[in-house]
Amino acid sequence: MRPVRNLLACVFLVVASQALALIETYDFSSPELEERYQQLSEELRCPKCQNQNIADSNAPIAQDLRKLLHQQLEAGASNEEILDYMVARYGEFVRYRPRFGGTTVFLWLAPILLLLAAIGVLLATLRSRSTKVGDKGTALTEQEQARLQSMLDKTERDS
Amino acid sequence: MGPRLKLFLPLFLFALLALVLFRGLFLDPSEMPSALIDRPLPAFNLPALGGAQQLSRDDVTGQVALLNVWATWCVSCRVEHPYLQQLAEAGIPIYGLNYKDSDEAAQGWLDELGNPYRLTIADREGTLGLDLGVYGAPETYLLDASGVVRYRHVGVVNEDVWRTVLEPMYLELKKGAVAP
Repeated sequence: MRPVRNLLACVFLVVASQALALIETYDFSSPELEERYQQLSEELRCPKCQNQNIADSNAPIAQDLRKLLHQQLEAGASNEEILDYMVARYGEFVRYRPRFGGTTVFLWLAPILLLLAAIGVLLATLRSRSTKVGDKGTALTEQEQARLQSMLDKTERDS
Repeated sequence: MGPRLKLFLPLFLFALLALVLFRGLFLDPSEMPSALIDRPLPAFNLPALGGAQQLSRDDVTGQVALLNVWATWCVSCRVEHPYLQQLAEAGIPIYGLNYKDSDEAAQGWLDELGNPYRLTIADREGTLGLDLGVYGAPETYLLDASGVVRYRHVGVVNEDVWRTVLEPMYLELKKGAVAP
């Protein structure tokens, strides 16, 4: 039993050290700072690996930015200051939630505009459908009415 | 719109979408404009590679020049190096920013492959790299005579990039710098 246990201990040690190597840990002076760290690192985009935030990425640049984020939070910077600092260096690109204004106006307004357009199309379609039902076009002319009556009379007679 | 034309609406939309997506095939999403364009090179105070000298912003500005971010751990930098050497021999001022590297390795590289740089800034911690918004070596910045960043190229500078992108801007800036 002992060799097995030793072997298992070795395996766990190796696994554990790998996990440590992957994501570094930071000590925060308050839980509030740690929460903001989590929130900001998920909101900042890694410039190198563009579809990951810096919390998920293990690229060297993401590690640097996490370190910087930790330093700035401990130094008492506000979220706004930190984001401004990052944007001044890496552009609006680093924010997964870009600020409103300039070229991002379309980005922010597009969903609302598309929704309004969809509602517009829906209303127009519904309106044209409802007017069609009461439309003169579907009502029978006098001639047709007379023909219908004669056909009905005929069927009545036959039965 | 006539009812007939309305039937073609999905086709038109499809054509529009296809056009946009087709254009997208030839765009490089990893190419980002630098946030520093038309802004002055950030101030710094860092040691020169292989010397006790401290370098600051004034040491690398004053003329139209290239600032090349490189490191010995960067494979593409090795690819780029011979062409930078050629540019330097043609008289283009190039400054180096050795990014997050060890001085010994960097010095060894320059001794072995040649040194195209007028000066090399040793940015061991990557602090200037951070201020520049560097996200991967090699990157090359085009500085005008007053030290304002005019362009950033991410990736290898080769003959094609130099001839089609950097050189026209370089010559334009040089003309502007001499005229007034």
